[in-house]
Amino acid sequence: MTVRQAEFMMAIATILISLGLMWSSTDGLAIGWVSEKGPGSGFWPFWLSLGMLMCAILTLVRWALRLTPESRSTESYMSRDAVIIVGTSVGALVALLIGIHLIGIYLALVGFLIFYLKIVGRHQWPITIMLSGGGPVFIFALFEWGLKIPLPKAVTEEWFYPIYDVMYGSDHFWVFILAAFALLATISIAVHRLLPAGEE
Amino acid sequence: MESILISLSGGLLQALEPLNLFMIILGCTVGLFVGAMPGLGSVNGVAILLPITFLVPPTAAIIFLAAVYYGAMYGGAISSITLGIPGASTAVATVFDGRPLAMSGKADQALTAAAIASFIGGTISVILFTLFAPPLAEFALKFGPPEEFALMVLAFATFIGLGGDDIPKTMFSILIGLVLATVGLDIISGKPRLIFFDVPGFLHGINFLVLAIGIYGIGEMLWTLETTGGKVIVHKVKLTWSGFMTNVRSVRVYIKSTTLGSILGYFVGTLPAAGATPASLMSYGLAKTFSKDPDSFGKGNIAGVAAPEAANNAASTGSMLPMITLGIPGSPTTAILLGGMIIWGLRPGPLLFSENPDFVWGLIGSLYVANLFTVLINLAFIPVFVRVLTLPFTVLAPIIFVLCIVGGFAPTQTMHDVWLMLLFGIVGYLMRKLNYPVAPAVLAIVLGPLAERSLRQSLLSSQGDVLIFVERPISAMCIAIAVALMLYPLFLAWRKRRRSGSTNGGPEGSDA
Repeated sequence: MTVRQAEFMMAIATILISLGLMWSSTDGLAIGWVSEKGPGSGFWPFWLSLGMLMCAILTLVRWALRLTPESRSTESYMSRDAVIIVGTSVGALVALLIGIHLIGIYLALVGFLIFYLKIVGRHQWPITIMLSGGGPVFIFALFEWGLKIPLPKAVTEEWFYPIYDVMYGSDHFWVFILAAFALLATISIAVHRLLPAGEE
Repeated sequence: MESILISLSGGLLQALEPLNLFMIILGCTVGLFVGAMPGLGSVNGVAILLPITFLVPPTAAIIFLAAVYYGAMYGGAISSITLGIPGASTAVATVFDGRPLAMSGKADQALTAAAIASFIGGTISVILFTLFAPPLAEFALKFGPPEEFALMVLAFATFIGLGGDDIPKTMFSILIGLVLATVGLDIISGKPRLIFFDVPGFLHGINFLVLAIGIYGIGEMLWTLETTGGKVIVHKVKLTWSGFMTNVRSVRVYIKSTTLGSILGYFVGTLPAAGATPASLMSYGLAKTFSKDPDSFGKGNIAGVAAPEAANNAASTGSMLPMITLGIPGSPTTAILLGGMIIWGLRPGPLLFSENPDFVWGLIGSLYVANLFTVLINLAFIPVFVRVLTLPFTVLAPIIFVLCIVGGFAPTQTMHDVWLMLLFGIVGYLMRKLNYPVAPAVLAIVLGPLAERSLRQSLLSSQGDVLIFVERPISAMCIAIAVALMLYPLFLAWRKRRRSGSTNGGPEGSDA
């Protein structure tokens, strides 16, 4: 696909999005003046979406007249290499999110990191294991312990009951900060040691 | 003046409190790292790290994020010089002379000059900030809803007039950001709006962080993976103490262009669409114009490193001026800081100075302290940062992705938002490849609710008469400047067409 074709498709997509937003703004909402109450709820989004539509149509017109650099370009929109690396990353991220729903965030993170480091990055096993093991532990320490934000664990919820007991027993900010950074430091030192010269 | 000094000393004391000082040092270090990594700039760092700052009180949180912002401006120079690729877009101009200096074995000289120039830029701009902010905030206290709205129109108009991107695409970006901000319950009538496909997740609206992390986290990583393919080559740096002292002494060579660049950077930085990148490029141009030896620029002139570095640091401070005093962010990074302030329960705008003086002066005080610490950390740890840059991107990318996913979940704690974030990241990446600017959308989603409220309040008080925006002097002036800014590209196109005659008359001005 050339950049010119991509520009056309994006213009069409933005026109459709604008129309969709305009339609949603009128869905049971007043887009004009409501007496005593001022502008209706749909007023602001409707007229802005109309503006979006105008801009999108203008982009399409400029495309047809070949006014923008993108509409003249016959270069490839995404090279083969780009499709491979970006596609793999997006695929891995989608798999990670599906994984979070099914097997919980921690197992999904381990899987994601192993895949990315070992298969995409072709790194050595020690660094892969170090990061894919240490990463989720760090995330746990930071979010669940430090920020008290429970992350979705799906079926693995029960595994964490013993950890919760310890966690809510002691609760000190500086202990947490020190623990988190000790872990981070260990991981980063280890990563530097383990990265062979050839990978730099 | 005296009251400013008293408040400032209070702010400095606050910045030196243990937790805040720790946050400054941590923030500077993280910022230097973020700035030095190609593909990550201040805006990416601040967007990805904001959810984590809920750990600490708001003052400590903004101090941390401001220090990250600051550090990133210093850090950008490290990769510009040692890798020859800018660590952040703000350090593009640093490559022009930084790379030739590194090639001729003077990387240490360039790095020291960058750090010292950044320090000078930071110091000059923070002093200007301290002098300008309180009077501006006091003036802005007179603003009612019509002035607020007019000011936001002006902020968006700067993107159209000065952004330099394709105009219909820029406007589309602004408008979609504003519309996405309306999703959820209407603040005035309480009615649900734009609940796409009746998905309940849209009822709580679209948090600005979902868009910001999507675009600046996921989208940026995809972009960097494509452009670098995961490989970088580093230039060797050798640092010695005696060499360092010689480099420090050579500051007189570039002190003039650095001072000029700092003042320029500060004022350019206050404009929402401009900011650190154009400021550093303009400063580079200025240094070259006023130099006795303009031909040496681009071949390794030390002033060519110092001038843009001073300007980008000054611009980062400058962009905080409208954020703190008017509630209008001066850059995408400050837009995210502004959104953070709303999450922390603060109301950005002129009232901040009277309602939360501790917060404001703590932030200002921390800028002074952060400036000092960043230059020290930077000079002391240059070799470490250079080492960090050798990390293959395939190690960094998954770590950033994981932080984005968890950071996107944290504010609202729904998976709905994480999916939305991924979607925004992919769409943002695809649109960026076609030169749709993404920064206006992030600014718009933060300002959207405020803009809508001030518009509806204004129209309600005037009984639907839109003339209210031109009848009041301050808002009329803002609207007039905004209209002039929007017409400026048309004027440029017209002039260009007239000059080139009928031979080559395409309206290219809008693409310039």
